[in-house]
Amino acid sequence: MNADGSALVTAPTMVAADRRETRRYLLLLLPALLTLGTFFVYPLFGILLRSVYKNGYTLESYRQIVRTSVYLTVIALTFRTAAVVTLIALLLGYPLAYVLATVRPRLARVLVVIVVLPFLTSIIVRTYAWMVLLGRNGVVNQYLVALGLTQAPLPLLYNQAGVVVGMTYVLLPFMVLTLASVMRGIDPALVRAAHSLGASRWQAFRRVFLPLSAPGIAGGTLLVFILSLGFFITPALMGGPSDVMIAMLIEREVEFTLNWSFASALGVILLALTLIGFAVYYRLMRLERLFEGLG
Amino acid sequence: MIGAEGQRTGPGTIGVVAIAAAVLVFLAAPVAIIVIVSFSGADYLTFPPPRLSLRWYERFFGTPEWRQSIVVSVQVASLTMVFATVLGLAASLALVRGRFRGKGAIYAMLLSPMIVPTIITAIGLYFFFVKLKATGSILAMAVGHTVLALPVVVIIITATLQGFDLRLELAALSLGASRLVALRRVTLPLIAPGVVSAALFAFLTSFDELLIPLFLAGVEVQTLTVRVWNSLLLEVDPTIAAVSSFLIAVTCAVLGASALLRRRTDV
Repeated sequence: MNADGSALVTAPTMVAADRRETRRYLLLLLPALLTLGTFFVYPLFGILLRSVYKNGYTLESYRQIVRTSVYLTVIALTFRTAAVVTLIALLLGYPLAYVLATVRPRLARVLVVIVVLPFLTSIIVRTYAWMVLLGRNGVVNQYLVALGLTQAPLPLLYNQAGVVVGMTYVLLPFMVLTLASVMRGIDPALVRAAHSLGASRWQAFRRVFLPLSAPGIAGGTLLVFILSLGFFITPALMGGPSDVMIAMLIEREVEFTLNWSFASALGVILLALTLIGFAVYYRLMRLERLFEGLG
Repeated sequence: MIGAEGQRTGPGTIGVVAIAAAVLVFLAAPVAIIVIVSFSGADYLTFPPPRLSLRWYERFFGTPEWRQSIVVSVQVASLTMVFATVLGLAASLALVRGRFRGKGAIYAMLLSPMIVPTIITAIGLYFFFVKLKATGSILAMAVGHTVLALPVVVIIITATLQGFDLRLELAALSLGASRLVALRRVTLPLIAPGVVSAALFAFLTSFDELLIPLFLAGVEVQTLTVRVWNSLLLEVDPTIAAVSSFLIAVTCAVLGASALLRRRTDV
């Protein structure tokens, strides 16, 4: 960029200036990269190393996971919970995203705050809110009993249903924001063209809008599914004794069992699943799009 | 403009709007109910509260342990804000301006803490700091949060820089300003709203986060979120409604401030 203003500079000087420029920018990157290298990448390698090291190199921890039915149950339950949460989030999120993407921009800006505010609120606060709502003497049960819909309070908390409601609540904004960002890019003229060619509203939606929103569906679904796999706070607080997910197992092994090698092996499995998921996600869209309008 | 122009509002449209409205209520209601319930005068969390009072706030701000954890949270979040903003601003300048190979890979690397499940980052840092006997320190928690906040800062500042007209800086250079002067007097003031907004979100990322301090906090030094967590493992204490409302208020403040900053840039 130095060379832009001066046409008289000879080629070798320009190359040298360019190289100096590149060095200067790499210097600016260095602090951030060193920080991440020391406090993120290196600790991750530490986990990888620990997972195969227990008084010598061994795959014992991985073998233990594959051979023990309890651990396989935890992994299966994690996948099942993630799938259910993702499906519900898609069914609830699609209509809302559709409305956000098609109403007048001014109204959309107001409505999107209702999505973004919970999105930015601490996960533990959002989980607590649902514990207050779903508890045995919680707000929902108070109303159900008062309205005579049930005689005794229903068990809504500390079970699988509670976990699904809580996780769906926490992850729904990711789905809505991903879908809406794709839907905003769909040209309304295409839907109008379908109408003018005689398509009914439903046909125009199903044959034109829905296929065009497919990248959003794929991206949102994948994102919510991957995030669900690593969830800890909500299932730990809202689940029952048997609703154990992978991340909770990791925490227990670190804090209570002190089996760090085993915890690390679980961590590596979770990390591998997540990275595969995001590799696919990145082919579909960029994560930054979630933050459109925040900056 | 729901539906195409010139179309009548059909039953399908009404159905979609009704579902969307219900989902918005689903998103807003829990947060709203917690704020309302936090002002309850009753011993139990009933909704609507039979009478209003500030008793849960009195208990929150009147308990030394809670007060101390506010201080810890603010310290950790402030340090995180400074670290993440400085590192992120420098890195963003290089990423947007620089021409060098491997830029995509470096960008992906800077965003990667957002992808890795926080529980894994947390145990990795726990193993790391246990070896250094550095758990229980404010600095260790701030360093962990800096890792998590860096992607947020980089995303916001690179977006701001991409909207910045480079010719303004070139004009300063051609008028004889040195690079540093041009950066300080022209570029930084113009991108300041984006940088401040990024800093606020870095603060919020740390203030709201539980897992890093859950592993790195000591018995004495606990953040607000850790104390909430420990309390919730025992019972659903109404004091937490007041603590939650406080955290929600901080989120609203950050969101509001960043909206104001954005409006200023638009003008």
